[in-house]
Amino acid sequence: MLDGFIINALIAGICVSIIGGGLGCFVVWKKMAYFGDSLSHSSLLGIAIGISLGLNFTIGTFITCIIFASLLTYLQNKKILSNDTLLGILAHAALSIGIISISISNQYVNLDAYLFGDILTVTSTEKYWFIGAAIIVFITLYTIWDRLILMTIDENIAKSEGVNTAIIHSIFLILLVVFVATCVKVVGILLITSMLIIPAAASRQLSNSPANMAFGSAVIAIISVFIGIFSSIIFDIPTGPSIIAILTIIFVLTLLLKRNS
Amino acid sequence: MLIKANNISVVRGNKKILEDINLTIDSKDFITILGPNGAGKSMLLKCLLGFFKPDKGKIIKSDNLKISYSPQDFIIDKSIPITALDFIMLNKKIEKDAIINLSKDFFIENLLKKQLSYLSGGELQKVLITRSLVDNPDLLILDEPTQNLDVSGQLNFYKFLNKIYQERNISILMVSHDLHMVISTTKKVICLSNHICCSGEPSKITQDPEFITLFGHDFANMMSLYKHDFNHTHEGDKNA
Repeated sequence: MLDGFIINALIAGICVSIIGGGLGCFVVWKKMAYFGDSLSHSSLLGIAIGISLGLNFTIGTFITCIIFASLLTYLQNKKILSNDTLLGILAHAALSIGIISISISNQYVNLDAYLFGDILTVTSTEKYWFIGAAIIVFITLYTIWDRLILMTIDENIAKSEGVNTAIIHSIFLILLVVFVATCVKVVGILLITSMLIIPAAASRQLSNSPANMAFGSAVIAIISVFIGIFSSIIFDIPTGPSIIAILTIIFVLTLLLKRNS
Repeated sequence: MLIKANNISVVRGNKKILEDINLTIDSKDFITILGPNGAGKSMLLKCLLGFFKPDKGKIIKSDNLKISYSPQDFIIDKSIPITALDFIMLNKKIEKDAIINLSKDFFIENLLKKQLSYLSGGELQKVLITRSLVDNPDLLILDEPTQNLDVSGQLNFYKFLNKIYQERNISILMVSHDLHMVISTTKKVICLSNHICCSGEPSKITQDPEFITLFGHDFANMMSLYKHDFNHTHEGDKNA
């Protein structure tokens, strides 16, 4: 029989994989990897605020990331700086302010757990947060799927067909924030983006439709979470980085597979 | 009347992008908008499509008007795996068979199973137009559809467009620089340079002093020389 904490970790990992599978494809298609990175860095500030106010850190992260995503989108639309520069500034500013806030909060915080994840400490109650988030993201993404793909391919065509692109984009950003808030515990702030990008990039090599790519991406993430968790227990290595290392190996394998086919 | 721009103006900063534009599109119209870069062509289309509200004036549409739009610079990112068929069906409530029949009409059924990112510029334009026609629109708006095509690709595309115009009850509004290609099909040409300089039948417009001022004598002469019908095809056209 598996220990309870392993089952909790596996459930959390599967939920995050399902959420990240679909969202990750859009992050790859929309070239938003750096955006995802900035968003996840900002979550550290959310964690700091959450701890200071005595809130659940997931709620703190969610609220801070929503504010940060809105600010980012607003500044991107202003086109004062190139996207790249803007994200570079905000990502590391958020990370620094987050770390400073945690250090002056005068509370003991295991920073490593936030930076690199600590999936083996997911509690039985937290498990339901993950399941709830996975169900909500899955249903929402399924509902806006066609419209989101169309506007990813060409925003003006989508607009001309009556798609409210501003609303659909905002919904997508909220889903991304939900992913970041849940994924902090799994692989940590510094590795969240790889949980979005690598499964999607690996799945891209093997798929011929958007839905296939999302499905493949979720399956690849689930496999990595399983192998990552067990190898971390067996070899006593950090779980988050193990998951990402396994993902990278799978990505390389898909590249080789594609080349030989 | 399908759609009408009533005295619309768009101002950005202190630059007038569009100035008092009046334009009416009727059923079975074929209008080509011509104009130099920065003349406000794309902005005019955006106003007609409702993406953009003009600062002055009004866009009046007939009831239940269905407009389809094909954008400028359509490029598909290689990271998106999608077949032409799936792209055509995306966000449309229509049966697969109907699309296959439609694509047979346009001789593009061999493209349906191909990945969109593998199609040539000309093929991509045909897929885009086919997608636009799925809902039987009353008006097709095209923004520089042949921008990325070579000459034989352009010729091939205009023959394709002409066939659609002849066979369907549809109006076409197009931004294009290839007047010599559409001169036999287009019913009306509008020369835009932030305001409407001149408009009228293509054969007459090339004689208009405003047209000559805008594009120069050489271009005007060239245009009048190009007046001929496409009644034959060349081997090379099929490869475009």
